[in-house]
Amino acid sequence: MSFLQIQDLTVRLRNGPPLLRRVSLGVEAGDVRALVGESGAGKSMIGKAVLGILPRAAEVSEGRILLEGEDLQTLSPKARRQRIGAKVALIPQDPLTALNPSRRVGPQITDRLVDILGWKRPAAEARALELLEEVHIQEPGRVMKAYPHELSGGMRQRVLIASAFAAEPKLIIADEPTTALDVTVQKQILKLIREMQQRHGTALLFVTHDLGVVSKIAQSLTVLYAGKVVEDTAVRSFFAGPSHAYSRALLAATPRYTDPDGSLTPVPDSVVAEVNREIAAFDVTMKEGGQP
Amino acid sequence: MHDARGHVRRLPGLRLWLSGGWLTLLVLAAVFAPLISPHDPLAQDLFAGRLPPFWETGADPAYLLGTDSLGRDVLSRMLYGGRLALIVALVAGTLTCLIGATLGLIAGFYRGWADLAISRLVDIWMAFPPVLFAILLIAVLGTGLMSVIIAIVVIDWTRFARVVRAEAMGQGAMDYVASARVAGRTRFGTALAEILPNVLPTIVALLTLEMGIAVIVEAILSFVNLSISTDQPTWGGMIAEGRSSIYQAWWVLVFPLFALFLTVLSFSQFGEGLKEHFDPVLR
Amino acid sequence: MPIARAFATRLVTTLITLFGVAVIVFVVIRVVPGNPIAMMLPPGATEADIARLQALYGFDKSIPEQFWIWISNVIQGDFGTSITLRQPVFGLVLGRLPATLELSVLALVIAVVLGGAAALTATLYRGTKVEGSVDVAGGVALSLPDFLWGLALILLFGVVWPLFHISGRISPSLGFEFSSLFYLFEALARLRFDVVADLLAHMLMPALALAIPLAAIILQLLKQSLKECMHDDYITLARTKGYSETSIILRDALPNAVLPTLTLIGVQFTFLIGGTVIIERLFSYEGLGNMAIDAVINRDLPLIQGIVLGFALLFTLVNLLVDMTYAALNPRLRHA
Repeated sequence: MSFLQIQDLTVRLRNGPPLLRRVSLGVEAGDVRALVGESGAGKSMIGKAVLGILPRAAEVSEGRILLEGEDLQTLSPKARRQRIGAKVALIPQDPLTALNPSRRVGPQITDRLVDILGWKRPAAEARALELLEEVHIQEPGRVMKAYPHELSGGMRQRVLIASAFAAEPKLIIADEPTTALDVTVQKQILKLIREMQQRHGTALLFVTHDLGVVSKIAQSLTVLYAGKVVEDTAVRSFFAGPSHAYSRALLAATPRYTDPDGSLTPVPDSVVAEVNREIAAFDVTMKEGGQP
Repeated sequence: MHDARGHVRRLPGLRLWLSGGWLTLLVLAAVFAPLISPHDPLAQDLFAGRLPPFWETGADPAYLLGTDSLGRDVLSRMLYGGRLALIVALVAGTLTCLIGATLGLIAGFYRGWADLAISRLVDIWMAFPPVLFAILLIAVLGTGLMSVIIAIVVIDWTRFARVVRAEAMGQGAMDYVASARVAGRTRFGTALAEILPNVLPTIVALLTLEMGIAVIVEAILSFVNLSISTDQPTWGGMIAEGRSSIYQAWWVLVFPLFALFLTVLSFSQFGEGLKEHFDPVLR
Repeated sequence: MPIARAFATRLVTTLITLFGVAVIVFVVIRVVPGNPIAMMLPPGATEADIARLQALYGFDKSIPEQFWIWISNVIQGDFGTSITLRQPVFGLVLGRLPATLELSVLALVIAVVLGGAAALTATLYRGTKVEGSVDVAGGVALSLPDFLWGLALILLFGVVWPLFHISGRISPSLGFEFSSLFYLFEALARLRFDVVADLLAHMLMPALALAIPLAAIILQLLKQSLKECMHDDYITLARTKGYSETSIILRDALPNAVLPTLTLIGVQFTFLIGGTVIIERLFSYEGLGNMAIDAVINRDLPLIQGIVLGFALLFTLVNLLVDMTYAALNPRLRHA
């Protein structure tokens, strides 16, 4: 049984078009699954649906989200919050806005432990210091007392990573954690996340639009287009040769450092048209209430 | 009905209808006061003192809303008081708007040391407690309708100046102003033609607000007996009398208070309603 | 240190403003058509008597000269003598200031509690009818000035349900000996809760009247600020940690929302203080505002000047306090 199992998840804008179309994917315990797609494909939406932070305008219209076999949708809001708080964590995209500017950094790492999980403060603080060392922050004591604006973007992302691992979650959802960083820092952070994941054995759902990142960190891969799963496979076989036309085009479009003067190959219109037809057909079956 | 964000919006115009309704009533009452008023507002009848309104026991139906300690008819006094309130609202409100807006326009558009001088003046002005300032001015100018109007203008022009200045400074930087200047308009011509239409919704809302404020200031002044110099009834004056005989004749305080309430509320809601109605962004 | 420098700049602008106020009051009053001196003397006074009294109060000199004399006296702490009350203005003003200050502060506390609670409730229930009703209530509260609220309160709680007193500061029958003029503060400090109750029974109505418009403004500003904060990323992150909506609003959003609201509230508080002039009269409360009205009606020039300066000083002190609080609370400014 996968730790996280999403079945036929459909998310719509209230009385509006679907953002996710019967998405199914699973994340095994300790596994790293990459969730890939272009902007607007709905990758972040999946993570948000699991965490219970969908925007107000969107709602789940179909499907189940099973965490350790338990359907989150059937829980009361409070029970769901607590389940997520204890077992799942988020590494957000933008470190510059994801920390509360009016509070010191230390409490933002320990808060979940103390308020939600009932730890004693000294134990929580000791744990925070340990984690800060794990993410290679010098002078963890000083950083604990600092305010977010006193730290660089890279340091803040490290803090957020440490904070995510604090409660030893079974699953971490990383929502494009390197996108908002400088290129020089991106590599370091990626390496750090992989290191932490391996050390703690946490399952990781890694959302990204960058295929280069996928090869470095993930074992499994789901490709998303317009809210629909287009490919679901092991990373190794994907790079050897993907089965879906869109995935092939995506792979071909990746710029290569070995050929800096080569022109970029965007996804061809024919492929886009084909995928769009697929989606339209799918929508028809969804509307007719047909089970795939 | 729902707007883009799915929130329920009140019926547009409901507040316009309600507030506009009361204000129209007020205007009619004020204009036709001499015709519809059942008694002479100044006529005293000591045998008919402190009669309660018609639905209470011991009332005299000739005096619908009762009488005050000197036997004067409350209803008639309220109608005539409404006249004064309306005159003050219209005249003082408009004057304050004109003077304040002009100064604000000058400061915001021409900037430089016209702006410096006017802004500093506004700051100093706002360090004065408004009511105290009003009373001070009346003490200096003497009582009377003109003095009241002047006092209101002098205290509250800053309200318009600040807002118009801010708008003029913001709008002044816009391209369309620059292009109008290139097309050969004079500086002031540009100011009037280009900036004014955009500031208009805000000014209109402020104008009605100012009218409500004018009514209040007059009421406060007549409460401390510093308003008009004749014995014409004023709502504030009635309230002052009512305050002192509140346990014996509550109606002398309640009715003019109620009228004042409705009038001030209507003015501000009317302005807000108009602004919402005409603001192109909200639409 | 930036705080010290901001403080200094603020001090300078304060002094300029106070000076401007002093000039205006001075000039405005002396444009008086009537002669206050003549009002003080009995009808049979001779020209010589009038002239002597004029010289005593310095009215025979030119306006700039009078101003110079007055300013130099003021700097030395001499604010002149009241014409109607025949006592030093300084003492009179200081005698009434604590009462007005207590009333204003009580009003501020009430306004913050009411407006803050309303804003938090509206944010928690945003998008529902609860928020709509809060907005309507706020709109009405905002449309009506303290004067009208004061009268409404007199009617409601003085006459219809007589729970509170509608005049005075304290019941004379209490017979309590105060050592300072800060009655409320002193009664609290001395733990005399019976006295505190009596004081509050007198002060609650005027304070509430003053507070309602300010509460409405606080409601609007804070609610807007909170709503904006609720879209921030750290709020979303807090949700994933398992915090409830109420917890998030209070713990995360509120501290960030309060800062921008603070400076605006400071300005509005000065308007509240201005309102004490008529509210004190309405409730026969023995404060600075009440004394001011009589001073003006009687054209008591030295007293008027003293009171106006007193108010202006109060305003600028409040602004200063707000700026300093803002600087102290904003983590970014603290460490700059």
